[in-house]
Amino acid sequence: MTEEIIIAGFGGQGVLSMGKILAYSGMMQNKEVSWFPSYGPEMRGGTANVTVIISDERISSPILNWFDTAIILNQQSMDKFENSVKKGGILIYDPNGITRHPVRTNINIYTINAADESARMGSAKVFNMIILGAFLKLKPLIGAEYMRKGLEKSLPARHHDMIPENEKAIDIGKSLVKQTYTLN
Amino acid sequence: MKEIRLMKGNEAIAEGVIRAGCDGYFGYPITPQSEVLEYLMANKTKERTGMIVLQAESEIASIHMVYGGAASGKRVMTSSSSPGISLMQEGISFMAGTELPCLLLNVVRGGPGLGTIQPSQSDYFQAVKGGGHGDYKMIVLAPASVQEMYDFAKLGFELAFKHRIQVMVLSDGAIGQMMEKVELDEQVPRWTDEEIVKLHPWSTTGKTPDRERNIITSLDLNPVKQEIINRNLQKKFKHIEETEVRFERIMCDDAEYLFVAYGSSARICQKAVSLGRAKGIKVGLLRPITLFPYPSKELEKLAKQVKGMLSVEMSAGQMVEDVRLSVNGAVPVEHYGRLGGIIPAPDEVLNVLEEKFIKENLLCKTH
Repeated sequence: MTEEIIIAGFGGQGVLSMGKILAYSGMMQNKEVSWFPSYGPEMRGGTANVTVIISDERISSPILNWFDTAIILNQQSMDKFENSVKKGGILIYDPNGITRHPVRTNINIYTINAADESARMGSAKVFNMIILGAFLKLKPLIGAEYMRKGLEKSLPARHHDMIPENEKAIDIGKSLVKQTYTLN
Repeated sequence: MKEIRLMKGNEAIAEGVIRAGCDGYFGYPITPQSEVLEYLMANKTKERTGMIVLQAESEIASIHMVYGGAASGKRVMTSSSSPGISLMQEGISFMAGTELPCLLLNVVRGGPGLGTIQPSQSDYFQAVKGGGHGDYKMIVLAPASVQEMYDFAKLGFELAFKHRIQVMVLSDGAIGQMMEKVELDEQVPRWTDEEIVKLHPWSTTGKTPDRERNIITSLDLNPVKQEIINRNLQKKFKHIEETEVRFERIMCDDAEYLFVAYGSSARICQKAVSLGRAKGIKVGLLRPITLFPYPSKELEKLAKQVKGMLSVEMSAGQMVEDVRLSVNGAVPVEHYGRLGGIIPAPDEVLNVLEEKFIKENLLCKTH
């Protein structure tokens, strides 16, 4: 099993930390993982993206141009990455702020209203965990106990009291996926 | 069980030097390697081992602090990125002239000049051919993973003291910034003053009545003596070429075509190898781990087996010269590179290999 993921959006949406929590959790479940961020001037207020790979085998290139899953959180990223999803792959996006919706017919597309949901939860901070939950529902690669370990490792100890809220957000994200993707 | 962490390449080498018993780090921040200094500052390095971590006023000051620390037999290092490493060349040449061991890290970014902050491999010539003045070489290690960033801290110090030579870890922005799993090992204790005197009798640790003063200088105005000094240096480099070559062969046994790549380019080529194999192309990868000494003999051997070699680098074609020297015309050698901070994609490099070697061959056959 190798899952190649791109997560892309604005700096500040929690794109890089979502990737880090995913990678850390995968590692806790004894998977090989890599996390490769876009870094540089574009991060300051602009777009941010990270490539995360989770695999049972040694990971070759951490840098990719085709992905099994794209998690897209702003219009620029939609323009850039819609066509980078492998045929039969998954595109998850939050429709807030998206003016041109994805049009591809040979991939599976899921809209997740994470921004609305996080507002309902009263915490904009868990936005990225709702999205991550949706991903984990579609690709159940990592068990809940390893997600908890990943959260414990990724968050500084002073923020460990926020873990239950993050776990709740992951569960809500899971519940927002209406149809389930079948792995061929 | 070993301790496992998810770390950035820059953090991994910082943790690596602490655990390798490093005595002092002297550096100046620059993207994409500032996490090295940040990590050392933030992780109670002094409390853990007594290691000194100092932000100097410039790169020039940093390298000369390393010069001083190395002269006293300590495990010392600096790190920077391309423009900063250029500033250090004078100090590196002086350390080559005085045979002082040290660890240097270059997390390469695109150049020339200030260039960009994105990954590049365009400092190969500077690292491998001697960036400063005079006839000298450094051992150059090219990590291709975060684990190797960690491992090469300890290996780098071992090689530096074994041969009294400067060891450069030639990384790039991609390896520095990405996170992967790292297995950490036990703390190596720092040397005591007594151990330094015993292990490194050449070091300037203070004159004792039973011996002459130790003098560390690269200056000798007598050309006859200077030639002898240089010949001895060359003998050492030759010995290193014979004993310290490191490389990794990936799917080489039955390969008809070969990628040659180091660092992050090697990771990209490794993926290109599996994409190629899936298409039925017998392609392999030779990954030099030491860039000096270079795995020339291995390439010479592979030249008898493969139909063509493609050197993939994030440069305009630097390592390709060493590939060509190694195979000496026995087999066609081509170069593919992206410049200025652009990273090639796996299918992109595979396409180039097909274009340069396979499609051309098919054309020849049909004519």
